[in-house]
This record gives sequence, C-alpha cells and structure tokens, in this order.
Amino acid sequence: MSAPPLLEVENLRIDLLGDDRRHAAVEGVSFRIGRGETFGLVGESGCGKSITALSIMGLLRHPLAIGGGAIRLEGQEIQSLPPGQIRRLRGSRIAMIFQEPMTALNPLSPVGRQIAEMFVLHQGAGWSEAGDRAVEALRQVRVPSPERRVKDYPHQLSGGMRQRVMIAIALACGPDLLVADEPTTALDVTVQAEIVDLMRELCAANGTAILMISHDLGLVANICRRVAVMYAGRVVEEQAADAIFRQPQHPYTQGLVASLPLLGGRAAHGRRRLAEIAGTVPAISAYPAGCRFNPRCDRATDVCRVEDPAATPLGDGGLVRCHHHG
Amino acid sequence: MPLLILRRLGNTVPTIVAVVLVIFTLFSVIPGSFTSAGDDGRVLDAQVAERMRKELGLDDPLHVRFGSYVANLVQGDLGTSFRTREPVTKVIAQRLWPSLKLTIAAMGFAILVGVPLGFIAALRPGSLIDMASMVVAISGLSLPKFWLGLMLMYLFALTLGWLPSFGYGDGGLRHLILPAVALGVSPMALLARTTRAGVLDVLNADFVRTARSKGMSEYRVVRWHVVRNALVLVLTTIGLQFGSLMGQAVVVEKLFSWPGLGSLLVDSVFQRDIPTVQGSILVIVLFFLAINTLVDIAYVIIDPRIRYG
Repeated sequence: MSAPPLLEVENLRIDLLGDDRRHAAVEGVSFRIGRGETFGLVGESGCGKSITALSIMGLLRHPLAIGGGAIRLEGQEIQSLPPGQIRRLRGSRIAMIFQEPMTALNPLSPVGRQIAEMFVLHQGAGWSEAGDRAVEALRQVRVPSPERRVKDYPHQLSGGMRQRVMIAIALACGPDLLVADEPTTALDVTVQAEIVDLMRELCAANGTAILMISHDLGLVANICRRVAVMYAGRVVEEQAADAIFRQPQHPYTQGLVASLPLLGGRAAHGRRRLAEIAGTVPAISAYPAGCRFNPRCDRATDVCRVEDPAATPLGDGGLVRCHHHG
Repeated sequence: MPLLILRRLGNTVPTIVAVVLVIFTLFSVIPGSFTSAGDDGRVLDAQVAERMRKELGLDDPLHVRFGSYVANLVQGDLGTSFRTREPVTKVIAQRLWPSLKLTIAAMGFAILVGVPLGFIAALRPGSLIDMASMVVAISGLSLPKFWLGLMLMYLFALTLGWLPSFGYGDGGLRHLILPAVALGVSPMALLARTTRAGVLDVLNADFVRTARSKGMSEYRVVRWHVVRNALVLVLTTIGLQFGSLMGQAVVVEKLFSWPGLGSLLVDSVFQRDIPTVQGSILVIVLFFLAINTLVDIAYVIIDPRIRYG
C-alpha cells in the first residue's frame, strides 16, 4: 500500500443547520491532493467551494457544520480532532489566504507584527526574533524595503502588497498545504498574475501543495495539475487540468469552458456573443430532485429529473457525475 | 500630533460661542426674574424690587446686558450671583470639585462594570451570563435615576446601614458610593450594550477569521486582535456618556444633597439667579467639550488610520 496522500477529503458533507431541519450545503465531495501538488476547485458563487475550504481548516462556524465524511491529513482524520489539536495544525501545516486582503488584515496592527505572530505561535520565538524574521518573510514575498514596511499598517499598503503580506503570513511556518480562497479576485488584473506567480513559485520551492479555489476556470487550469468542478454542493467533474479543457465531460463544465473568452477569438471568428449558462445556482434549501443541474441543462431527460447521477470514473482517476456525459 | 490637538481645540470655539449666545438669550426671554420669583412665598415691596432691579442692571436693554456679559466673560468673570452677592466663579469653584468627583466616580463605575460585562456577554452569546447581563443593561437604562437612588438609599443606608444615606460628609469615599452608583448605572448599561455589540461586530470581521486560521487560541484572538478594535467603538460611547454625565447629575445631586454643580443649577433656576445658572451651564458645556476633545485625541493614539487620514 502506498503512502496516504497529503490531503484526502472523502464523502464530505457540510450541513446548514436551520431551526428545525438541516440542509446539506455540500454533499459527497471527495478529492485527494498529493504532496506538492496543485489542485483547483472551481464553481460559481454559492456552490460550496469556500465552505469546503473552511471545513478543511476547521473554521466552519455556526450555522455550518461538518455533517459526515472524513478529512485526512496524511492519513490522520482531522475533522474530529479536539479544537486544541486542530488549532496546532492551522498555520503550521495547513495555511489559508483569503479573498479580501483589505479586510483580512487587522487594521490596527502593523503588518510586521501580524507576520511575527506566526513565529511566536508555532515556533516559540520571542517577539524581537519574530520581528526580524518578519522582515525576512516580507523580503521573500518581494515587498520592497521590508525593514520599513513591517511598521506599516494595512491601510498604507496597496491591495497587491496586502495580499503579499497574507502570503507571507500563510507561508511563514512552511506549511504542507496552502488553501487559497479566491486569492486574486479582489485585485487589479495587472497584479493578479504577479500574485499567482509568486504563490506558485514560493510553494514550489518549499514543496507546499496548493488548494486553489476560484470561480475562474482559466486561472485554475493554468496553475493546477488537477481540477474539480463543483456545482450546487457536489463535485460534478474532476480531471487533469488539460483534459478538462480539451474534453470536458459534464454539461456544466462544457458550459464553463465555452463561456471563457478566447484571446484573439474576435479576430479569428468575428464578433460573437460569449456563450453563457442560462439560469442561476439554486438555493441550498431548494436543490432540485435528481441531478442538481437538470433545470439548467439542455441535455436533461426524464431520468435526470428523478435520479441523482452516480460518479462515473474517468480514465486518469477523474470522475464525472452525469447521466449523459461526454 | 500637537498640531492635530490644536486644530481640534480650534474646532470647539464656534461651539462655545453658540452656547454662550443660546444661554444668554434663553435666560433673557424666559418670564420671571430674580425680584419676582417667589417659590418660597416671599413678596417684595415694590420699591425694594425697583431698587434691586436697578442695582442688578435687570432693566438695561438686551444688547447692553449682552455686551457687558461677554466683556466680563472674556476676562474670566462670570458675573455676581444675585443671591449670595459673591462672584459666580467662586460659587462654581466650590461646587466643581464635588461635581467632578461624582462624575468621575460614576463613570469609573460604569466603565469597570459595563465594559467587562459587555465583553463577557459577547464572547458567550446566548449563554446565561449573556442574557443576565442584558437584563441588567435594559433595566439600568430604563429605571429612572431618582427611583434607583431612593432604592439604593433604602437598601444600603436605611435597611443595611452600611453607607450614609445622603450628604457630602467629609468628602470621603463612603458618601460617594451611593450617588456614584445611582448616576453610573445608566451609562454602565449603555456601555455594556455597546461593548457587546462592538465585540460581536469585531468577532465577525475577516481579520478575526485570519487570526483563527493562524492557529491562535480564542484567548489570543481576543487579546491580540479583538480588544483594540472593539475599544475604538466603545470609546465613542464612553466619551459621550462621560461628557453629558455632569449635566445628568442634576437629579442625583439633588436627591443625595450632593453639593455639586447640578444642585447649584437647580437652586439657582428656582431663584432666577441668572448669572449662576449661566455660569453653571457654561462650565458643564465646557466639561463636555473637554471630554470629547480628549476622546478624539485618544482615537488618534489607538487608530493609526486617523493619524494619517
């Protein structure tokens, strides 16, 4: 038997607890991430990708709670660990960066101190040593004149600089896994590429695996080896990144690929409307019976409206969840 | 920083001018005067009244009286009390220290009880202690001060005999406790509520989620990231309450026969001792402005965004 993967999510279910009933916000989600691997989780807002990330961090708050399944870090189940133990994993072995670098940093604390906290928390460093190392951490994420910048407050930095600080915090203790929840969505397009490159480069150098969460299939496919597509709380397709572009199997994935603007497309094919997927994601309390995509799917038949499609394995370890895939 | 303080002080000048104007006109147009006010049943001989009005300058036209009032004011002269014939500044000076003592003690009580109460309630929302503290807060806000003062007197002075029921005594702590609590309960309740709301607000902030994702214990999350941010919100309430407390003290001072500005103000109003009334109100307003200026300076120290903004 081979060594267990770095992260294994198996049949994960996340419940949204209501007053008298619970709704499964995420159901039957499984994927594995190997050491140093880059894995992408793609879907529209509300499909459950962010709460999947938070559940891995053990950061779900009421009314959300893990309702079943397992999250394993190198074979050890972490979703049932007592709070004190999962806390020690956070930051040191699994770290996270968030979408909004403006609000994700404490406005009343200098950024150097916010980085230094990591060394104090996880490596027992004193504040002055931690402060010196914070300067180094800022230098690593290529913030110019880090000796001066450590004393700055978040509002004195640009969005891109703040996200660099977030990366410095996340990678401070050399984690095994970096969970990046829409890390570039709030940034200017020109800064996005810099941040993605920086993340990828630093993680590659340290052997840190990345779980990249985004609504941007193009971005994810670019930097991730494997991609899972989520829709309405389920993984509807998982494949290698290049395969998902060449041969998307699920009608939803096909819709996503078709809706990507193609650089130079207008020159090659003339002026053309971008394809879109009609309709919107259903609310958690109103998931349709059968396949959850059926109301928006042009291939839907009677069976789609009644029977939830099972996962069909694909060649390279991937899967698709559709009655009419291909 | 010194520049900012100077600028902030400059901002209070128009307020002071407006207040002086309002105080003066208000007490010049209300009916009744020192010579006619007779709630003690005294009736003045018409000739005596006529002479007193002349002496006190009550018959001068409004603009003449305002002119001399302002002229005296800028020299630090608040006029002469009709009643005691002493300079108002001296009358007020005697009352200022007891008033300050009461206000500070009441605010100290409000902060020391209200802020921790709100904090604990926010950290355990929905718990027994949360509900209990909010019951205390609602009651504290809705109970009238004089009723609360009477109840305190009844319980701690009459029934238990632990504390004196009223008066200034030798100015010691024992006489201070009951009026300070009676005065401090409503700002305490308000502080508990705003602290709770503020802390809950901060606990939901993104940077608190970041702090948790760093692997911090809840204690450290609160110590390192919540307290300071919540303090900014609480500070506003502290400032407003503290500033207005001296004015609110009127009822409590009267009830406990506390020789402060509040009871001086009430007595002077009944006797139409206008210079003393005007002086007392002016001092209370200046106190309010001073506290708010201090709060603004405290903001600058706590929140770096204001310093550079």
